[in-house]
Amino acid sequence: MKLKTTLLALAAATALTALAVPAAQAEDSVFVPLFTYRTGPFAGSGIFIADGMHDYLTMLNERDGGIGGVKIAVEECETGYDTKKGLECYEAVKPKNPVMVNPWSTGITLPLIPRAAVDKIPILSMAYGLSASAQGDTFPWIFNPPDTYWDGFSQIIKFIAAQEGGLDKLKGKKIGYIYLDAGYGREPLPFLDQLSKELGFEAKLYPVPAAEMQNQSAQWLNVRRDRPNYMIMYGWGAMQPTAIKEAVKTNYPMDKFISIWWPSEDDARGAGDGAKGFKMLNWHGSTPDFPVIKDIQKYVVDAGKSQSSKEKIGTTLYNRGVYNSMLIAEAIRTAQQVTGKKVVTGEDVRRGLEDLNIDAARLKALGMEGFTGPIKLSCSDHNGHHPTFVQQWDGTKYVKVSDWIEPLSDKVQPLLQADAKAYAEKNAPWPARTEACDARS
Amino acid sequence: MFYREAGQYKTTYQADMSIFPILQDRIGLALIMVAALVLPLFAGEFMIASVMVPFLILALASIGLNILTGYTGLVSLGTGAFMGVGAYACYKLSTTFPAINILVWIVVSGFVSCAVGVLFGLPSLRIKGFYLAVATLAAQFFLQWCFVRLPWLYNYNPSGAIEVPSRTLFGIHVTGASATPTTRYYIALAIVIAVTWIVSNLVHGRVGRSFMAVRDMDIAAQLIGIRLLRTKLLAFAVSSFITGVAGAMMVFLWLGAAEADAFNINQSFVILFMVIIGGLGSLIGSFLGAALIYIMPIIVRAAPESFGLTIGAATVEHLTYLITGALIIFFLIVEPLGLARLWQIGKQKLRVWPFPY
Amino acid sequence: MSFLYSIFVDPFVQMIGAPDLLVQTLWEGLVGGVLYALIALGFVLIFKASGVFNFAQGIMMVFAALTLVGLHEKGVPAFLALALTILVMGALAFAVERVILRPLVNQPDIILFMATFGLTYVLIGLGELVFGGNPKNMITSELLLPSGSLDFNILGGLVSLQKIDIAAAIIASLMVAVLAVFFQRTRIGRALRAVADDHQAALSVGISLDQIWVIVWFTAGLVALATGIMWGARSNVSFALEIIALKALPVLILGGLTSVPGAIVGGLIIGIGEKLGEFYWGPLVGGGIESWLAYFIALAVLLFRPQGLFGEKIIERI
Repeated sequence: MKLKTTLLALAAATALTALAVPAAQAEDSVFVPLFTYRTGPFAGSGIFIADGMHDYLTMLNERDGGIGGVKIAVEECETGYDTKKGLECYEAVKPKNPVMVNPWSTGITLPLIPRAAVDKIPILSMAYGLSASAQGDTFPWIFNPPDTYWDGFSQIIKFIAAQEGGLDKLKGKKIGYIYLDAGYGREPLPFLDQLSKELGFEAKLYPVPAAEMQNQSAQWLNVRRDRPNYMIMYGWGAMQPTAIKEAVKTNYPMDKFISIWWPSEDDARGAGDGAKGFKMLNWHGSTPDFPVIKDIQKYVVDAGKSQSSKEKIGTTLYNRGVYNSMLIAEAIRTAQQVTGKKVVTGEDVRRGLEDLNIDAARLKALGMEGFTGPIKLSCSDHNGHHPTFVQQWDGTKYVKVSDWIEPLSDKVQPLLQADAKAYAEKNAPWPARTEACDARS
Repeated sequence: MFYREAGQYKTTYQADMSIFPILQDRIGLALIMVAALVLPLFAGEFMIASVMVPFLILALASIGLNILTGYTGLVSLGTGAFMGVGAYACYKLSTTFPAINILVWIVVSGFVSCAVGVLFGLPSLRIKGFYLAVATLAAQFFLQWCFVRLPWLYNYNPSGAIEVPSRTLFGIHVTGASATPTTRYYIALAIVIAVTWIVSNLVHGRVGRSFMAVRDMDIAAQLIGIRLLRTKLLAFAVSSFITGVAGAMMVFLWLGAAEADAFNINQSFVILFMVIIGGLGSLIGSFLGAALIYIMPIIVRAAPESFGLTIGAATVEHLTYLITGALIIFFLIVEPLGLARLWQIGKQKLRVWPFPY
Repeated sequence: MSFLYSIFVDPFVQMIGAPDLLVQTLWEGLVGGVLYALIALGFVLIFKASGVFNFAQGIMMVFAALTLVGLHEKGVPAFLALALTILVMGALAFAVERVILRPLVNQPDIILFMATFGLTYVLIGLGELVFGGNPKNMITSELLLPSGSLDFNILGGLVSLQKIDIAAAIIASLMVAVLAVFFQRTRIGRALRAVADDHQAALSVGISLDQIWVIVWFTAGLVALATGIMWGARSNVSFALEIIALKALPVLILGGLTSVPGAIVGGLIIGIGEKLGEFYWGPLVGGGIESWLAYFIALAVLLFRPQGLFGEKIIERI
């Protein structure tokens, strides 16, 4: 009897799935898949990014009818920050002709890098991924504006130097680096090593394994023992709020604690009043007071098309998602202008990304005046190495406390070139660039 | 009625002891082989690249774990780490000696994993059952830490990840981005068929029987002359070899690049699930378990879209977890011995149909 | 030579040189140990009474904390949310007994273990579906739990004890004491011990197995709730917590699978050993050894005492 029911159930399930037919693609639209993670240990950061990305593109559809008259077909694929699921998402969206892929995980980006050229789908790993992919001649299909992790690190060092009175004043100081013990956190290590030798400061490393993200008391005990003058953090997901809480617990001076551009408001808020003074890098606004965010409020949130809760609109990571989607939209628009086609393909959008030139006038037209700075890419420079600023937590929100800081390009560029060359050698035969350069600049 | 066994009689002892004594079973097996070989002609790229290749690789890893846990009764939670050892070994060997064929290195990396497995299997003489599982957990976390902390393993890449170089076999790309899913599928299929054949002979022979004796009651096995340490270490060795090869295949034929996180504790648990659901101590169970645990979430994720329902991606993910968990409990209640037992019962019923027994 | 010095001499020199840091490390280890012990306690309760190794204990902890915070977020006052969460854990215990334990009553242990895996997946999916995946902050102040720290300027430095950690230690000891009294003095406790010894014998003297199992899973659920509140107060409530529950396995090894005092002692040993190891010996190898040190400690103990420190000696018969 049990066997019969089981077999019947199995048969029914198989029949149902056999009947399933893949959905047909709507005519005249551009397909943009969004690799998001609203579940898993990194959902704390991923949810805001996903909402920001989704809402901006939906706003374009609602307000302007799409880009250049062509609607954007947005589809989210849940990766949970897991490489295997990310690859499955990639394979699942490939038949639908995506114009671009945003993996939102360095772990997922790395396996996709060699595939991008073969599948002709550009990858936009905005401010994450492989730093060396800034070299457009070696990686024609990978883009990582506005800055690499090495640029960001150099900008933090410059900010610290400014606090101390100059780069030469860093000699003899101790700088602690707490990081997620994964590819993303480990990438700046050679750069940190080089800078510490050149500038004469002592670097102290505090790795946090991904399984121990919520158990950092040992790392912060070490910080208490070593007493570094400054702490730099490269975290993500649940690592960040725990780090800030532990820093408050061990009474580490918060104004000397600077993070790369990934914390959110919730990460700092959870630590209470003691977190005031916590700093992080950013390159765009973190409040809802910009015309573009107000448009999103009007066309998407008030129309009930957003999954975000009202108070999260306009926060740092939400706006990060909006910025990412702005890059996607502008790349599509540039591709339409360059090729003259309305429904563009991955190859067209690759050219669109290389020719991307968003100046102050265009920012104003987008409703982003004061939100962020101009951005320009080129055939050989897929990053742009743009300036960022430092913002500080005041207990309720982040407030900009510095001017725009340029990266130490003279130190970063040789490293990028060397790393790109090493990558091509290690993965020989690495295809030489055959894609033509539009040379619009 | 389907199984006309009348007239099939054996004239030699060898024929009598064969694994598939009934002609219909052999025909069925041949049909499955043919279906597997011609699948790329009918299936789309997603099916080959994201369903069949991972399924074959995970089934191989399940076979490896099944030898240890199913046939020898030594519960191991370190499968992910042993897969990682195989993957990193293959990467180092392939990048140090690029001229030698990658398939050779995939097989050799199994031996590296075998050595590491034997090392971590040494406590098994003293520690038994659930406690041994914790010893293998030590292996899992320690090896995962090594993958990150020893930069020599990933050739000092700043990203800390191993990237698969492009390799060819007779001029056709087999690894790297230019390798087509079909090529990778056939290579994986070839390796899995070869290993399954070897393992099948192993478990049906003297070695397999000594494994099962150790599983049933190791003191009694020792009394009848089976050397316990040797047998247990052999079980660890064979199991780690197979999981090491599966790990190398996972990185070289499926993912294309991997960080240490790809071999974390979740990977170990997933393979253990596959073995238990499929049926402990059964080769067909490894395949069935891998199919259920791996392919079912894909179907659940793809189902709403196929029926025209738009459900948020996150909700689909939550539902996938719910349904997977519920299905695991359901199958365990219905048949605690796993899907392999269901298959066995089904075959038995077919043999005597239309009679009930 | 300097290598040997750095392993065997230098850490102790450091310990004596900065005694305030030593005390702080010991305290952090103690707190971590108490929390591991609480998770292990849940395991022990269920294993003692039903012979099931409940892999879902970790996720039950997260689920309980998530329910509490989720209800509070929807506007329910804190103590009412606490009462409702207790009810939810009771309902969960009931459901687990009916759906999982009853049909699988005489199956081998590994099958029941596997069924708790399935339960883990169900709870993950259900928790995320109902309450959302983004991390939440534990409502410590609403539950009248203290925050802030007690600072002692002793031993030449600062030893800072978080009040919430002290509260956690006190609550854990209270719970262990209550459970000990419950097991030894009450009728139900006696019935639980009978069921742990032999299911069939207990049935034959008229003890209702189903009732006992519901009570045991409910108690384990309460322990999980307390643990979830404490852990959630230290970091925040998200599914990343569930991985930490794996650390309870070495605790169970040390303490033996069936001993409540063993779980506590094992937890303290693992917690303190892990923190000391990471703090004093970790930097020698690059740090991050906390992820595997506990398992090696357990492994070392097992090689000398295969049944753990407090476990029943395994007698094998043919």
